[in-house]
Amino acid sequence: MQDQEVIREFLIESHENLSRLDQELVELERHPKDAALLASIFRTIHTIKGTCGFLAFSTLEKITHQAESLLSQLRDGERELSPSLVSLILETVDATRKVLASIEASEEEGPNHFDDLTERLRAAAQLTGGLEGQSGADMLTGPAAELQNEAGVSELPEGKEPEDAVKSSAVADSSIRVPTGQLDILMDLVGELVLTRNQILQYNAEREDAALNATAQQLNLITTELQGGVMKTRMQPIGMVWNKLPRVVRDMAVALGKQIRLEMDGAETELDRTIIEAIKDPLVHLVRNSCDHGIESPEVRVRAGKPAQGTLTLRAYHEGGQVNIEIGDDGAGIDVARVKKKAIEKGLLRPEQMEKLSDREVLNLIFQPGFSTAQTVTNLSGRGVGMDVVKSQIEKIGGIVDLVSRPGEGATVKLKIPLTLAIIPGLVITSGGERFVIPQVSLLELIRLEGDSSEKRIEQVHGTPVYRRRGSLLPIAYLNQVLGLRSAEPTEPVSMVVLQAEDRQFGLVVDGINDTQEIVVKPLGKQLKGLAEYAGATIMGDGRVALILDVLGIGQRSGVLAESREQARAATEQKTQSGIEQQRLLLFRAGSFERLAVPLALVARLEEFPRSAIEHAGGGQVVQYRNRILPLVLLRAVLDPVSGEQDQTADPVQAIVFNDGERSLGLVVDQILDVAEEAVTVRQKSSRKGLLGSAVVGKRVTDFLDLNYVIQTTMENWSQTGGASATGKRVLVAETSAFSRGLIRGGLDMAGYRVLEAANLDEAIRGLEQEPVDFVVASLDLPPNGSSALLAAMQRRPEWETIPILALADSPGQVQVSAARAAGFQDCQAKFDREGMLASLERLASVLAPAEAVPAGVGEER
Amino acid sequence: MTTDAATPKSQQAQTSGQFATFFVADLFFGVDVLRVQEVLRFQHMTRVPRAPEVIEGLINLRGQIVTAIDMRRRLRLPPRAGDQTPMNMVVRTEDGAVSLLVDEIGDVLDVDAATYERPPENLDPSAREIIRGVYKLKDRLLLVLDAERTTELAPAR
Repeated sequence: MQDQEVIREFLIESHENLSRLDQELVELERHPKDAALLASIFRTIHTIKGTCGFLAFSTLEKITHQAESLLSQLRDGERELSPSLVSLILETVDATRKVLASIEASEEEGPNHFDDLTERLRAAAQLTGGLEGQSGADMLTGPAAELQNEAGVSELPEGKEPEDAVKSSAVADSSIRVPTGQLDILMDLVGELVLTRNQILQYNAEREDAALNATAQQLNLITTELQGGVMKTRMQPIGMVWNKLPRVVRDMAVALGKQIRLEMDGAETELDRTIIEAIKDPLVHLVRNSCDHGIESPEVRVRAGKPAQGTLTLRAYHEGGQVNIEIGDDGAGIDVARVKKKAIEKGLLRPEQMEKLSDREVLNLIFQPGFSTAQTVTNLSGRGVGMDVVKSQIEKIGGIVDLVSRPGEGATVKLKIPLTLAIIPGLVITSGGERFVIPQVSLLELIRLEGDSSEKRIEQVHGTPVYRRRGSLLPIAYLNQVLGLRSAEPTEPVSMVVLQAEDRQFGLVVDGINDTQEIVVKPLGKQLKGLAEYAGATIMGDGRVALILDVLGIGQRSGVLAESREQARAATEQKTQSGIEQQRLLLFRAGSFERLAVPLALVARLEEFPRSAIEHAGGGQVVQYRNRILPLVLLRAVLDPVSGEQDQTADPVQAIVFNDGERSLGLVVDQILDVAEEAVTVRQKSSRKGLLGSAVVGKRVTDFLDLNYVIQTTMENWSQTGGASATGKRVLVAETSAFSRGLIRGGLDMAGYRVLEAANLDEAIRGLEQEPVDFVVASLDLPPNGSSALLAAMQRRPEWETIPILALADSPGQVQVSAARAAGFQDCQAKFDREGMLASLERLASVLAPAEAVPAGVGEER
Repeated sequence: MTTDAATPKSQQAQTSGQFATFFVADLFFGVDVLRVQEVLRFQHMTRVPRAPEVIEGLINLRGQIVTAIDMRRRLRLPPRAGDQTPMNMVVRTEDGAVSLLVDEIGDVLDVDAATYERPPENLDPSAREIIRGVYKLKDRLLLVLDAERTTELAPAR
C-alpha cells in the first residue's frame, strides 16, 4: 500500500522529468556548450537513477547509471557532444519510458534488461576524447533496430500497446500538478457561486415560474457538487505527514537503544492541506515524546513481562465531521505521582493545591508550559518546547488534545481535528444591529432567560454580572459592551451563549440568536489583525460580510478571562504589532511568582547577604552595606501579603539593589534567575497591585514588577528623602503602552519626579490643561499621529510653548537627536534608557531653572 | 503585437508614469495605475467595532474580503456631506487588496517627470506621511499617494 504510493509518485515525477529531457536534449543539440542545460539533464538522469536504486529497479538503475557517466563526461567537458551521442541518450530516455510503462502495468521492470543499450552506453563512456572516431560512431548507432524489434515483440505485458506505452503513461496523464494558490482561487470562486446560487434560489421562491424553478434546482445541484469537488482537491491523506515518521522512530530507537515498531492505521484519512501543514510539527513531537518517555528500554520491558519490542500506534479516522488522530504506545504510561512531584518542584502548583486535583487533571499538567517529566533532558525530545506547544498548536486550528494513561500499559494522546479550516460550522448572532458568527467549537449551550425571573437570574457580585448555571457561577459579558456597540433597550427575553475558551467558560449576552451555518473563513487584512476580538470574517448568504468572533479574545477583552499564554505567544509571533521593545531584563523569582522581571537599567547591583547580617531598624529590615544602611524589602511579602510568610529558607539571601544618588533599596527575592535581552511584546496591564503587566520573555510568560508600587508601599519617605534637584518637578509622560508608561514612570519616580500619564494626544493635552507641567516626555509614535502633533499643539499655546519636550524612541538605534531637535524637540532618548532620560531632564532643568521659577508645590498631586 | 507603438509608451511610463486620479475634498490625488485593481461604486459595508476610526468597514469583493479605508478620515479632513456617497478605489498592496473610499474618481493621467517635486516640508503630518510627491499639472497639483503607507495603520489599540 505504502510502496504503491511511492511508486506512483515516482512514475508521475519520472514522466514529467522525461518529457522535459526530450526537449532539453533537442535544445542541447543546438547549443552543445550550454553548461546549465547539461547540468539540468545530468540532474534529471541522476534523480531517476537515485530513486531506482531506492526502489530496487535494477535494470533502470543500470541504464541510467551508464547514461549518467556519459553525461558527466559531457558536463565536465571531457568530450564533445555529437549527434550520435544525443541519439544514444534519447534512446536511453525511450528505454526508460518502456521500463516505466512496464512498472506502471505490473509493478515490475519487465523481462527486457536492455543489456545491449547498457553495453553501448558503457562503451561510449569509455571512448573518451580523441578516440571517438568512425568506429565509435558505428558502435553507437549499430544495433538500434535490433532493440526496437526486441522491445516491440515480447517484452511488454499483455494487452499493452508498446507504442502507447512509449507515448504516454496512464498515471502521469491522470495527474497534473496545480499550484495550491490556484486551488484557493477556485475555492473563493466557488464560495461566490454558492452565494449567487442562494440569491437565485431566494428569487425563485418568490416566483411561480416552472422553467426558472427547474433551472434553479439544476443550478443548486451542480453548485453543491462543484463545491464538494473543489473541497476535495484541497484534501490530502494524512499519510503525507506520516511518511516521515518511520524514519523518525527508527532514528529515535537507535539513539535510545530501544526496540520500537511503528504501526500506522488510517493513513488514507483525508484532511485539508492547511490542517495537514499545521499538525505536522505537533505530530512529530508527540511521536518523539512517546519514543523517548513512553516506551521503556528492552530490559525494563522484559522485566515487566512485556515483549522487548515496544509498539507505537498511529491511528486516524473520521468521526462526526472531525478527524481523530491517536498516538499510542504500550510503554509505562504516565506516573501520576511523578507528575505531581515535578509540578511541585517546578512551582506550577503548591502541594495543598495538588491534593485537590483528580488524576486526570494531574495528567493534564504536562501540557503546562515549562513542564517535562523526563528524568534527563535528551537532545531528541525535550528541547525546551514541550507538550504545551503541541497543545497550543492544535488548539489554534480548533482542535482538542486529550491524554489517556494506563499505568504499566501505555499512554495515548488523542487529537480531535476539524476536517478543514476553510469551512466551519458557526452560530450567527446579532448585537447592536450587526451580525457576528461564533465558531461552533467554542459553543457549549444557548440559554434564554425569559419572564420576570430573567433579570433576577443574572445576578451581580460587586458589580460583576454572573449567572447561576447548574449550581456554579458563570461570569457574564455583554457583547455590545465588549465591542462598544449601542444596543437598543435591554431585550426580553435575554439571549445568552455559553462559550468555552481554553479550559474556562463564560456567558456572552447577545441581542439575538439566529441560526447555525457552514461558513467560509476568510482572513482579515493587516489593518485589523491587531484586534483580538475577531478570528476572521465570512460572507453571508446575502453577500454581506460578517465578522467571526474570537472567543478567547472576547473573553479577555471583557475581562472574564485573564490574559493567557496562548495570547501572549500569539502576540510574540505577531511582531508586526507595536509595543515591541528591545531591552535587557533581570529575571527573578519571589513567592508564588515564578518569573518576574525588572529592566536591568534600573538595577544598581545584585548582592548576597548572610541571613545573620540582617538587622532590624525603624520597624523594617536593614543591612549594613558599604558603610551605609540599606533598607531591605521582602518582595514576596509585598506581592503576597497573605501567604508570603516571613520565614525564608535561603541563606544567604539574594537582593537586587536599586539606588539613586543618596538613596538605596535592597529588594530581597527568592532567587535571581537570569538576564534576558529580547524584544518584549507587551501585554495588557495587570490589574494586580505590584505588577505592571506580563510579557513573554524567553518563551515564558513573565510578570513585570511595578517597582514604583513596591517603593511607594514600603518606603513611604522615598521621594522626600532624596536630595536630587528633580524633587517635585512634574513630568507628563505621553506614551501609548500602559506598560511602557509604567516602566518610564518607575524610573522617573525613583528620581523624585512627579509623573502624570497620558496615553494619546488628547489625554496629553487634557493633562497639560489640568496642571502645570515642567517637562513633557513623549514617545515618537504617540497616537494618533506621533509626538510631533503634540509638539505642534503645544507650540500653539503660549503657556505651553516653553515646556521642554523630550522625544522617546523605541530603541537606542532609533534615537536621532539632531533630527528631533530640528523638529522642535529639546532632546531624544531611548524609551528604556533611564540614565539617558534622567540626564536629559536634568540638563533641561538646569537650562530652565534661572529663567523660570518652578512652582514646585502648586497644584494637586497626580 | 504592435511593438512599434508600444515601445515609446512603455519608455514614457518608466520616466514618468500613469496615474489613476481621484478627489478627496479639494485634494487631487494620483496613485500608480498599475496598483489599481478596480473602481467600484459605494458598496454595503460591514462595520468593524473597535477598529481604528479610519476603517469604514469590510466589503465583499467577489468573495474576497476587503478593508475599506476612508480617505477623508485618513487625512483628518472634515466628513463628506450627508448625501455624498464615496467611491471605492481598490488598490493592490503587499497585504492584498484594500479599498480607499474617495469622493470622486478622475481620469487616468500621463504625467511629465519634470514637473515632479517633493511635498512641502510644512505639510500636515497626517498628509505628509502618505503623500510621496507632487506633480505640478497645468491647472492644478496632483498629489502622489503612497498606497502602501496609506494602508499601514497604527495598530488597533
